[in-house]
Amino acid sequence: MSILKVENVYKKFGKNEVLKGVGFEMEAGQVLSILGSSGSGKTTLLRCINFLERADKGVISVDGEVIFDASSAGKMSAAQMRKAQLNFGMVFQSFNLFPQYNVLENVTLGPKLLAKEMPNYRADKKKIFAHIEDEAKEILDRVGLSDKLEHYPCELSGGQQQRVSIARALALKPKILFFDEPTSALDPELTGEILKVIKTLAQQNITMVIVTHEIGFAKHVSDRIIFMDNGIIAEEGTPEEVIDNPKHERTKAFLNLVTQKE
Amino acid sequence: MFIQVTMSLLEGFGVTLKIFALTLLLALPLGLIISFGSMCKIHPLKWFVRGFIWVIRGTPLMLQLIVFYYGPGLIGTWGQKLISGGASGFLVEWIASWTVFDRFFALILAFVINYACYFSEIYRGGIESIPRGQYEAGQVLGMTKVQIFFKVVLMQVVKRIIPPMSNEIITLVKDTSLARIIMVYEIIWNAQKFIKSEGLLWPLFYTAVYYLIFCGLLTILFGYIEKKLDYYKI
Repeated sequence: MSILKVENVYKKFGKNEVLKGVGFEMEAGQVLSILGSSGSGKTTLLRCINFLERADKGVISVDGEVIFDASSAGKMSAAQMRKAQLNFGMVFQSFNLFPQYNVLENVTLGPKLLAKEMPNYRADKKKIFAHIEDEAKEILDRVGLSDKLEHYPCELSGGQQQRVSIARALALKPKILFFDEPTSALDPELTGEILKVIKTLAQQNITMVIVTHEIGFAKHVSDRIIFMDNGIIAEEGTPEEVIDNPKHERTKAFLNLVTQKE
Repeated sequence: MFIQVTMSLLEGFGVTLKIFALTLLLALPLGLIISFGSMCKIHPLKWFVRGFIWVIRGTPLMLQLIVFYYGPGLIGTWGQKLISGGASGFLVEWIASWTVFDRFFALILAFVINYACYFSEIYRGGIESIPRGQYEAGQVLGMTKVQIFFKVVLMQVVKRIIPPMSNEIITLVKDTSLARIIMVYEIIWNAQKFIKSEGLLWPLFYTAVYYLIFCGLLTILFGYIEKKLDYYKI
């Protein structure tokens, strides 16, 4: 059974139709990369799946369970929405770390607030928090930041900030981790450290969807690639199929353009 | 004479501080509520609140003091006239029962409403300047709207609004001198008494020392708070 199934998603902003019937499926442990030129709708697709935008039409299922159906989405309560949202972790292009908290606090804030909903929260608060902090330190160690726990975001490089933001997303143990152009705000020399972290996560069989412009990296790390053009999926397949032997004219043109730049 | 003046002014400055403290205490939270109103998604409410802010910020505080002090009494008199003219009914009788507010009450009411409106615009600017990404980051971490506001947004707003807030608060210190318009005896009033009773003008100039010292202390306090919040950047 597929871990994520997206069917027939439409999204309009005013008169501008950004998504015109997008659908795909992916299996647990897979890495899926979404490529496409700016304005092709790839970021909007990601944002519709994790509820930062509400799709006008479409159905989204996780592990075979429908978590969003645009035709009945009006009835969804805020609490249901939050619960559905927690299936996904999100790493933003511009990091969006909380500036007033240090690295460790950034990573533990989400889990600590969620722990309030546990039945034994009052009685075992200390134990729960200690556990959350241990886990956060372990995750930060995995992204190579165990020596920066007390630092504030403004004291870190862009690459380090993005690694904190990956750790923050991992701390909630999402089923699927989304990356929205995770290296676009970084200098080329900092891009490498993020790509390395994502590669490690891929080796640990973490399910990921990556919107990216890094063609070489996408080819290397992905199990499958989607190429989007003008609100639809123009081409879909293994990296060999889409990047090495593109069939669609738009894919060819895009790849030519990007590889020229590289 | 100098000691007598100093003591009298000190007494007046006590009232000044009372006006200052009460206004601040009530206007700071009220301003936050008004700012939520001015950003409300229910459009009639939003435009009502914005219209209200426009009236309060668009008219002098001195005029508002007079309206709040004399207004209810005038309306009451008008109600009584209606009754003697033969009108009756629950509403008319209720209006006729209106009398002048207590001076100090009217004063605090006018100050609180006036300053809450100014504060609300500062809050609104601060809240609206927080990037959307901060809300979204909270959202994808499973936070509720209330948690996002208190755990993520509020501390960043506080840092942003300290400079304009300190400006406004220092203005409030000096605006308290308007209280003498409706004869609340603050420091300027006490100083002016000496013109009539003793023919002395210098006590009036002397009041500046009190204001200067107090504003100086506030400046140091705000500088300290700004420094305290320096550990992070937005």
